[in-house]
Amino acid sequence: MMRLRRVLPVAILLALVLLAGWLLCPQGKASVPRGASTVSDASLRDPALIARGAALAAAGDCAACHTEQGGVPYAGGRLLPTPFGAIATSNLTPDRTTGLGDWSFEDFWQALHAGIGRQREPLYPAFPYTSYTRLMRDDALAIYVYLQSLPPVHRANVPNELAFPYSVRRLLVAWRALYFREGTYQPDAKRTATWNRGAYLVQGLAHCNECHAPRNARGAVVPERFLAGGEIPAQHWYAPDLGMQANGGLAGWSAQDLVDLLRTGQSARGAAFGPMADVVRQSTQHMSDADLRAMADYLGTLPARPVPAAAPDLPDADHLVQKGAEVYRQRCSDCHGADGRGVSGVYPPLDGNASVVEPTGINAIRVVLLGGFAPSTAANPRPYSMPPYAQQLDDAEVAAVVSYIRRAWSNHAGAVGPQDVGRYRHTPED
Amino acid sequence: MPRLTRARTTCLVRCLLVFALLSMSPAFADTPVAASSAAAPAVPDTLQQRMAACVACHGAHGEGSPGSGFFPRLAGKPAGYLVRQLADFQSGLRKYAPMEYTVRGLSPDYLREIAGYFAAQQVPYARSPLPAWPAQTLERGEQLVAQGDASRGIPACSRCHGSQLTGVQPDIPGLVGLPYDYISAQLGAWRTHTRATVAPDCMAEVAGRLSESDITAVAAWLSSHELPADMHAQPAGSVQPPLHCGVLSGNGAGT
Repeated sequence: MMRLRRVLPVAILLALVLLAGWLLCPQGKASVPRGASTVSDASLRDPALIARGAALAAAGDCAACHTEQGGVPYAGGRLLPTPFGAIATSNLTPDRTTGLGDWSFEDFWQALHAGIGRQREPLYPAFPYTSYTRLMRDDALAIYVYLQSLPPVHRANVPNELAFPYSVRRLLVAWRALYFREGTYQPDAKRTATWNRGAYLVQGLAHCNECHAPRNARGAVVPERFLAGGEIPAQHWYAPDLGMQANGGLAGWSAQDLVDLLRTGQSARGAAFGPMADVVRQSTQHMSDADLRAMADYLGTLPARPVPAAAPDLPDADHLVQKGAEVYRQRCSDCHGADGRGVSGVYPPLDGNASVVEPTGINAIRVVLLGGFAPSTAANPRPYSMPPYAQQLDDAEVAAVVSYIRRAWSNHAGAVGPQDVGRYRHTPED
Repeated sequence: MPRLTRARTTCLVRCLLVFALLSMSPAFADTPVAASSAAAPAVPDTLQQRMAACVACHGAHGEGSPGSGFFPRLAGKPAGYLVRQLADFQSGLRKYAPMEYTVRGLSPDYLREIAGYFAAQQVPYARSPLPAWPAQTLERGEQLVAQGDASRGIPACSRCHGSQLTGVQPDIPGLVGLPYDYISAQLGAWRTHTRATVAPDCMAEVAGRLSESDITAVAAWLSSHELPADMHAQPAGSVQPPLHCGVLSGNGAGT
């Protein structure tokens, strides 16, 4: 007993010192100066490598986050809202003082693959290195070479606007230990090359799971809900389940439907809007048909989902649905059809639409309020559009019509109340 | 040699087959829109139908909402000016969240086409109900519009917006026929930087030199001014703007 009393404080002290050391010691490897890099100047000027990097950077949708509204592409400065505060994206152009001009490929690789910055600091996972870690080194090199070929833009990085304690970067060491597994994509020998290509793109470069999965209170994606859909934190959109088998969000979609959506912005099954419209416009429409097919091939093998448990419905759900049917007849059926089947290639169907029946109702509420265009793409340069109803329908009417379309035809989703509509009426559009 | 000929024949036959298949596909059919659902009527392939999101608020012919003045009239405004506004909403220079959301994913070509449509619309101007302004306010307004205020570096509106204040092709909008609320809100927006355009932003400079009472006076006079018989914008080059303006440097086509 006496011995334990003497040993215990020492043991606690030792544990604390180890913990502090673990939290405070620099992560990763020291920065490699450009002169000492293994990447030759010839590679940096190789037009074929630059072109390959441009295509990969588009597939990774890097510019979407690393460009502020109205700003020069890749020069950073966009503030990404998160539940912990806003994260400012960095300047990826090769400016020597404010961008990646002094970064060696080894530095870039460590950021992309391990989520460690040039000062050996852990990076905030708003930068999706949790997915990019799957990238092959060759692909990362091509992206690096492409970024280094851009005209340098002198734009100083703006500080993050994170609340305490999230502003303490060192705490990420603990977050990483819990939620980050470093490692490039390992092909599955039992699957085809196409499937593996699709898995590599979906899990890595295209980082689909960063939006299409729920996140826990610490901002980490929930591993067992991989690509099963989730609310995009602080942005108030719902990224639907991407499962294409029974009870999946995309159940009933063919591979061609998915390729159509990613290439043109719409398909016979649904249209891209909100953040996905930006993804299609800036990223997926520029991907090769073979890559899009590979992604569809892979998503087609995601497991079937369990039958969703019936959520407790609002007490006045029946009344809402009844009233909503009338609003639908007056405002919606001309385009989406009394049968909710839409017009192929023009107006998306609402019957069986993943964004209509997603668990929260956010997407349907916001689309009714905001209306808007499908994205302009090379394949669909002059998209049709939907009128915004924010000015014409009050919260009760929007709740009614959304409740109706969530329950009509073959849909079986829960009703939404006027207070839900009120919450999203004034949410920022971004 | 015979092998090559056979290969060529096979190729030719294949090409013909592909052509025959293609010509049967919906892409070659007379109606460009294929309706999958029997219940839904065919959708007209018109720009007006495509931009339901625009006409819902601004009217089928861009007449705006004359009663409330909340949604501005677009009909007959110079095309270059309209394209510039759409581009400014995209880049966030001009801020109005619903507009920024609506235009964010549209290509420059599509924006030009949409702007061209509204610029070409001819609809009568409707007057919005007006409060009774004190004579003093209207006098000050007329003074600013017609002469400006040299002591504060404020040029007369007509120097840029045309002698009849109906605008100048292709980039300068008219100032008459607009509701009071709209004019005063826009001048205020320039001062609070929620409306801006490419540098040098000369309208921001002018608005910055106006006092709040000046804004009321200008908006009051402009909105109550009798409309000229011809509301079309004046031809290009008919004014010599006293300030260097970023929006006038090019052709205003949203570049």
